[in-house]
Amino acid sequence: MALLLKNAHVIDPQVGLNETADILVRDGKIVEIGQNLTMEKGVERDLAGKIVVPGLVDMHVHLREPGYEQKEDIASGTRAAAHGGFTAVCCMPNTKPIIDSAVGVEYVKSRAAAVDKCRVHVAGSCSQGLAGETLSEMGDMVAHGAVAFTDDGRGVQGAGMMRRVMDYAAQFDRVVMSHCQDEDLVGAGQVNEGVASTRLGMLGWPAEGEEIQIARDIAICRLTGCPLHVQHLSTARGLELVRAAKAEGLPVTCEVTPHHLFLTEDAIGDDYNTFLKVNPPLRTAEDAAALIEGVVDGAVDAIVTDHAPHTEYEKNCEFELAPFGMTGLETALALVITNLVAPGKITWERAVELMAVRPRAILRVERVALEPGAVADLTVVDPEAAWTVEADGFLSKATNSGFIGAELTGRATDVYVAGYATLEDGAIVE
Amino acid sequence: MAFNHKHLIDITEYSADDIMTVLETAVRFKEVNERRIKQVPTLKGVTVVNMFNEPSTRTRSSFEIAEKRLSANSLNFGGSSTSTVKGESLVDTVETLCAYKIDMIIVRDKHAGVPRKIADVSGAHVIDAGDGKHQHPTQALLDLYSIWEVKGDLAGLKVGVVGDIGHSRVCGSLIPALKIMGCEVTVIAPPTLLPARPDVLGADHVTTKLDEALPELDVVYMLRIQRERLEGAPYPSLREYNMLYGLTKEREPLMKPDALICHPGPINRGVELDSYMADHPKRSVILDQVYAGILTRMAEMYLLLGGSEDGLTA
Repeated sequence: MALLLKNAHVIDPQVGLNETADILVRDGKIVEIGQNLTMEKGVERDLAGKIVVPGLVDMHVHLREPGYEQKEDIASGTRAAAHGGFTAVCCMPNTKPIIDSAVGVEYVKSRAAAVDKCRVHVAGSCSQGLAGETLSEMGDMVAHGAVAFTDDGRGVQGAGMMRRVMDYAAQFDRVVMSHCQDEDLVGAGQVNEGVASTRLGMLGWPAEGEEIQIARDIAICRLTGCPLHVQHLSTARGLELVRAAKAEGLPVTCEVTPHHLFLTEDAIGDDYNTFLKVNPPLRTAEDAAALIEGVVDGAVDAIVTDHAPHTEYEKNCEFELAPFGMTGLETALALVITNLVAPGKITWERAVELMAVRPRAILRVERVALEPGAVADLTVVDPEAAWTVEADGFLSKATNSGFIGAELTGRATDVYVAGYATLEDGAIVE
Repeated sequence: MAFNHKHLIDITEYSADDIMTVLETAVRFKEVNERRIKQVPTLKGVTVVNMFNEPSTRTRSSFEIAEKRLSANSLNFGGSSTSTVKGESLVDTVETLCAYKIDMIIVRDKHAGVPRKIADVSGAHVIDAGDGKHQHPTQALLDLYSIWEVKGDLAGLKVGVVGDIGHSRVCGSLIPALKIMGCEVTVIAPPTLLPARPDVLGADHVTTKLDEALPELDVVYMLRIQRERLEGAPYPSLREYNMLYGLTKEREPLMKPDALICHPGPINRGVELDSYMADHPKRSVILDQVYAGILTRMAEMYLLLGGSEDGLTA
């Protein structure tokens, strides 16, 4: 079947494209990009005023299935992903049971294929049961399609275990993604240590609790040669460590979330809004500014959501009892456009690198570019669409976004996965 | 006097005038408490719920006596028999209470921010009787009353707060309250018992040297070493704590002749205070603080519920 996208503003830094053109897709692949294209038979769409970019990838999401379907499941999570403009996500292994074997990888892949709204790349755990003690069967998981390994949600506590993980993973050409949190130092920390912890009277989660493990894991990367990806980096000094590692030539990459870029600890007021309880915690304005600088200059490789859905009743409680995490799939693109692209801090090309190109490279999945022969994973964006984030506008099962009420500009209108629409004019294609 | 507060949750929402209104009203209730029959009909027909979600004897008793002396209908609700033990959420518990058509909730909870959440959910008047490590505003007001009663004027007083500042809800309200009243505040503690940012609370000076700070102070506020609230051990032994931070008889010569000693109770004798200092007839106002708790809590309930002059004199 053929698809012709007419008059779109096509942007892809991989091929140096930034112009108005038509895209012809046949059998799931891009056939031609050029002016005044025609086809004999198929679906034609006029995308004048819209931007088309390589399909966006969110390389850090929690789909919660299996085990926590009350929060989210693969069907609702991938619909939310499509609604947010993503053609692929990478899901974290902290489900119940933990994705620490080929069985788990196959389960998630088969559910995702059945739902068919978004590609789902699976990250397996580094250690069995996320316990940080015994290596998980990485080789078997790779054989069944796992793209990366992480003990996200907890982190590998022992340096010796992390060394084993990275030594072992190095043979598979897969990245080890690190949730950096020293449990002994962080303890029961609730909010950033400093002004917020003092003002709110809660235990602090110090920046150093993250930075110590970033430094440690960079050292183990040097020791083992295994590629390291620092997850949800939240502090200025943490980013400095990553910059230094990159300058040294180590295979180190990092990601940041929209909430660490665009919210700070100051947002947590006397109402103790549990939607703002995230891990790592919202940091200072100086940290957020440093992360934005890294997004602008290239020190940050990827923007991810760490989409962490929770039920209404789990979050409607005492702050100290609430679980960590906020959703993000359906707001990330608009937040990036509103806060970074529209004000001219980054170009569209840079946004595409952060949300499509680099995530695929880090996960070692097939390159998607706007060029003939490439798979037709495409995201269509209306850069002018003005909208307000509302709880009842989400397709995720959860509403625990820290951005409810935010007035944003830009959103995905259409999403194509292998040439098939998953989102059309803002609505999921059933 | 314009007192327009519905709740007493965050002391920083109160101005110096508001605080003086509470203290001056408490003086009028002192007169009631000196009578043979220590009860007035001021809050007759008003229902007050004492929702104590963590163990408390002193604060709850103080509130109960204050409520009875104001003729309020009071209900004790909470403890190990209720809500959380049975898995009910805080919001559901509060909504259940509200269905009883109550007027005021006095809340003690081990989690920060709970009084505000209850206020948002309930529509009732809320008094924070201590939330986690966050605030304890009624303690701060009774402390101010006790100091004011002796010193006359709070502005310009040099107050030292000694001990576990970082895990203390008392400090979360006391230090801001002292600043609102124009005091100069020094916090004195081992670094392991300091909050990350004492300046955020309002502390003017931070020191680890009790002996250097003592000669300057008009008021020495000793905090209880709350062993049950400390994760890990922030000092090597009670003996060493007493050596470095205890207000001992040997330290008395360092104090100003008229310097007062306060403590929120209960005292650990031999740890933060020795008996000589705790019982010091000229300096210690510790039992006056307990009495001030009744007076100021009566004043707070009366003012928050829109008390009139009539109610006071009836």
